Amino acid sequence: MDFKERIYLWEIVKGLWITLRHLVYNLFHQRSMPTLHYPEEQRPMPARYRGRHRLTQRDDGSLKCTACMLCATACPAKCIYIEAQEGLPEGTEKRPQVYNIDMLKCVYCSLCVEACPCDAIRMDTGLMPPPADSREKFIYRIEELTKYPAIKHPNPPFLHRCGKL
Amino acid sequence: MTIEIPYIAAVLKAIAFPVMALNMIPVLVWIERRGSAFIQNRIGPNRANIGSFTFLGLLHPFADAMKFMFKEPFRPENAHPVFYFLAPALVVIPSLMALAVIPIADHVWVQGHEISMSVTELEYGIAYVFAVASIGVLGIAIAGWASNNKYSLLGGIRSTAQMISYELSLGLSVLGVLLIFGTLDLNELARGQGALLWGVLPKWGVFLQPVGFLLFVVACFAEANRLPFDLPEGDSELVAGYHTEYGGFKFSMFFMGEYVSMVTLASLIATLFFGGWQVPWMTTTALDAHLGELGRTLSQIAAFAVKIGFFLWLFIWVRWTLPRFRYDQLMRLGWKVVLPLALVNILVTALVLLLANGF
Repeated sequence: MDFKERIYLWEIVKGLWITLRHLVYNLFHQRSMPTLHYPEEQRPMPARYRGRHRLTQRDDGSLKCTACMLCATACPAKCIYIEAQEGLPEGTEKRPQVYNIDMLKCVYCSLCVEACPCDAIRMDTGLMPPPADSREKFIYRIEELTKYPAIKHPNPPFLHRCGKL
Repeated sequence: MTIEIPYIAAVLKAIAFPVMALNMIPVLVWIERRGSAFIQNRIGPNRANIGSFTFLGLLHPFADAMKFMFKEPFRPENAHPVFYFLAPALVVIPSLMALAVIPIADHVWVQGHEISMSVTELEYGIAYVFAVASIGVLGIAIAGWASNNKYSLLGGIRSTAQMISYELSLGLSVLGVLLIFGTLDLNELARGQGALLWGVLPKWGVFLQPVGFLLFVVACFAEANRLPFDLPEGDSELVAGYHTEYGGFKFSMFFMGEYVSMVTLASLIATLFFGGWQVPWMTTTALDAHLGELGRTLSQIAAFAVKIGFFLWLFIWVRWTLPRFRYDQLMRLGWKVVLPLALVNILVTALVLLLANGF
């Protein structure tokens, strides 16, 4: 440090000039700041983002899920709870009576999606779970899991690769 | 029974001045938050709203105040039952009291009574300010001790050491100005700065005492516990220093104390070194002749407001520019740089005055 730096005052003036420049520039260029006004503005999610789960439906609106329990078995967090019931035309595949996902336990690993043989559960909504004020509200039932409109995402590419489609 | 006009004026002033000072707090908080945000390329708080009008974030201080008021008055276990609650008041009240002698305009005449534009006018005004302001240290030290928390205690100890070191420099650095103008009365000091220096410059303290001005500003920053001297708070080392254990309205009283003492010190800088209420190049008599008494008073208040506005902004500006000093650096600066310079400054000023006025 030379004498001018040791005296510190001139360095303070230089620092003050830098902060003033930032202040004035940002006052007149507020739109150019990198801040995202979050709830109003959102960044687009990447196509393979693992968001909230959704139970897919057939064209007639019935669930594709056959309550085979593979997802609940694969789940490392044990957050999926399924109760099966008889299929609707007697003698066909069974279907879930209760299908609960506890979003507080879920770790968003998508192992349930990989385990599903029927493409009945997907994580392609691109949504984060919203906050809630009680634990019960974080347990998503069939009604919550099916209420999203059909997402226009293409089928995941790995389904093409392994010949499922 | 008629009530004398001076008494009415005294009561009005005693109400109006603290209210003015307290009303500056939300504005200062707003400027501090949005200003710091813009300095750091952020937007800053702008969400609080009344019916979708956010007023550029001005409502956040009010929302904060509401929050502070409705929080639970909590006392930590083993905190002192009396001093814990006394400490915040000991910080706020002295900083409000110190404002009492600061004049915001020259005297006005109301129905033949001469009325000063400060709460009270003391011929030893500056001594009063320092005496009262140093009580504030007690509040911080007591807060640190009464909270029964090691971080708070460290903050309180730091603040006593820092305040003692810098109060000395604070007092010594103004002595030059006091010697030149030969008075302790702040209104007289401001009036004395109305003359012209060599016919061009206003005879402000900053032109006569540049070194004293610098030292005084440095000591003011230390006195107000503002960055770069906020070691009593030291949030990265001491959590929040002396107010770690305080929440709710008690915390907001510390907060108010800090901002009110900022106002006090800014107006002190303006009065001592920047001519106080003097409109540059315009004396009271000249303004009276041109604008009348009301116009003169208003323009002097405006001049004063601009001056203290700048120094309040300087407090905020420096806070978001400089990093905090280390403790030994703080002490070295206080005892080995500021104090000797202040003493030399007094000596030189006294010698020059002695030579100029003849023995």
